[in-house]
Amino acid sequence: MTARRASFGAFVAASADAGRLVVQPRMGFADPRRMRAGLERTRAATATTAGTLTVDSYTRVGDLAAARAAVADGARLNGYPIATHPAAVTRALLEGLLDDGFPVQVRHGSARPEAIVRALTAAGLDATEGGPVSYCLPYGRTPLRRSVAAWARACELLAGTARPGAVPHVESFGGCLLGQLCPPGLLVALSVLECLFFVQHGIRSVSLSYAQQTHPGQDEEAVRALRRLAAEFLPAGVDHHVVLYTYMGVYPRTPHGATRLLEASARLAVRSGAGRLIVKTTAEAHRIPTVEENVRALETAAAAAALAGAPAAPAGPDGDGGEVLEEARTLVETVLDLDADLSRSLPAAFERGLLDVPFCLHPDNPGRSRGLVDPAGRLRWAATGAMPIRADTTVAAPLTADGLLAALHHVARRYDLPHPGPEDGHGRPPAARPAVRPAPSFGPAPASSPT
Amino acid sequence: MKILLGGTASDSHTWNLVYLQLFLGELGHEVVGLGPCVDAEELADACRRHAPDAVVLSSVNGHGYRDGLAAVRRLRAEPALAALPVVIGGKLGVAGRPQETEAARLLEAGCDAVLGDGDLDALRDFLAVRVRGGVPA
Ligand code: B12
Repeated sequence: MTARRASFGAFVAASADAGRLVVQPRMGFADPRRMRAGLERTRAATATTAGTLTVDSYTRVGDLAAARAAVADGARLNGYPIATHPAAVTRALLEGLLDDGFPVQVRHGSARPEAIVRALTAAGLDATEGGPVSYCLPYGRTPLRRSVAAWARACELLAGTARPGAVPHVESFGGCLLGQLCPPGLLVALSVLECLFFVQHGIRSVSLSYAQQTHPGQDEEAVRALRRLAAEFLPAGVDHHVVLYTYMGVYPRTPHGATRLLEASARLAVRSGAGRLIVKTTAEAHRIPTVEENVRALETAAAAAALAGAPAAPAGPDGDGGEVLEEARTLVETVLDLDADLSRSLPAAFERGLLDVPFCLHPDNPGRSRGLVDPAGRLRWAATGAMPIRADTTVAAPLTADGLLAALHHVARRYDLPHPGPEDGHGRPPAARPAVRPAPSFGPAPASSPT
Repeated sequence: MKILLGGTASDSHTWNLVYLQLFLGELGHEVVGLGPCVDAEELADACRRHAPDAVVLSSVNGHGYRDGLAAVRRLRAEPALAALPVVIGGKLGVAGRPQETEAARLLEAGCDAVLGDGDLDALRDFLAVRVRGGVPA
């Protein structure tokens, strides 16, 4: 690893200046050789790429003994056990790959990420992903306050131990949360709030995420709102960009459906001025994708982005913000008004119900909000609980198993159709019945002690 | 019947659990939802506390065979839970299709049924048979 290496944020900024969208896989394998092959192929893909080490579920939940046992058994895992393989193994698999034109990020999903951050810095890396809320509420039952404390320490650790001259980077997962049925205002707000949290704990380069949802027009509005609020709320001198995630909910099952949804996300990224796109493959609905499938997805997305023209200027979002901007701004300001120190205000906001993630079973989530897909295909609030934003209360059918499944499969069904309408079409998705009741109680029984 | 529903130890997915809670409730069962990331010890505790008629484990993250094995072994190690009906299902491995040797290992360890992600009718029937007090053929 002697080659010159630009920091993650600087690489994305340089690519944006050159008019190129950075594309990145979600890729992780237990076997270091396979992991290296995946990175090599990512690097060699016909696209401007960043590499990914996606960490396995045992490491994510902090069960390093289980990760070790699985590695000892030669079991296939759903990711790379970065805190189990010795640092030398991870260094060797990265050897000669990292340079100015190819940064690598570690993606995990851990509410207690210190071990992962220690492992990634030991391997010479300095870019990762997550957040005190977004890697807690969707990822198990770790109490939110514990996650907040752990994330504060992890950020400080990363900021303090990176190699000299490097600018460590953290991406918020706030724009995804549970992946589906959460109206964009809350996604945008959490992305902004988590990036502010990272900055409060010493990080100087961040990215704000947004996951493609059900409606291209609403999504474009959301990404623009995110760019605008980032510019307003992040302190001057903090490097930032927006990263778009190709659809994170139930994915189309057919190759044509999966590919078209990916292409739509690439065009959305370009149209809305995102600097980076994390792709999904044709295997998404079925199983962990192969290296081959990942490379194909990267090249498909890059081609679709290139055809869509040059990315919109990365700064200075245009147009008036609309609904999403207004909602997100209200949520961000409400939380900051509680306490400027986000390690206090984020948990307090959830305690008071000022933030409330729809359909989230986590014990620290109020669980009184509900999202739905309206007949035009936009995400709406069926209930907002105690959040300072309005619900669209005209639609409130009881939540049924079939109704939930229809809402979850809304996007997949539309893209899997053999003869789709205009693929970015705003119009006429097969009517997904908005079947959501304001406040059924879903909380897990207080049976088992939180982990 | 009273059903204990939970995700497996390393699995944080919850849409499967939200769905199954509704599905089982609509079939007339009483469902106690434990949420995601239930490790073997927590599952055994919950079985003692709630005295369910059956346990339904759901796993989609690809570690289901391994995590399920640990869970079933833990339950079967306890005499009071040795005969409790246990079914596991979802996307259990990372290969995208059922893996027979892995499924066989789960059955050997005392799991009563190992189902795929499309086997909701089989789940309904599995529970229906037990409601009537019968035993599967
Ligand atoms: C949404 C989603 C997420 C969200 C989850 C948020 C949350 N809290 O739930 C987020 C983004 C956080 C996430 C994270 C991860 N995910 Co995920 N996720 C999905 C996705 C896109 C949709 C799942 C969904 O919502 N389904 C809707 C529900 C209703 O359907 P379902 O879960 O399939 O359940 C149905 C059936 O399986 C069946 N079923 C389920 N359980 C049972 C039990 C019984 C007894 C029976 C009979 C039937 C049954 O009934 C349900 C109704 O039909 C799927 C891919 C897809 N399907 O498109 C991947 C997927 C499940 N995720 C996957 C993985 C690996 C992960 C991660 C480990 C990250 C990673 N490495 O990629 C982490 C999980 C970390 C952890 N500790 O477990 C893999 C699993 C791979 C495998 N099994 O081979 C999938 C398939 C994606 C992929 N191709 O890689 N994920």
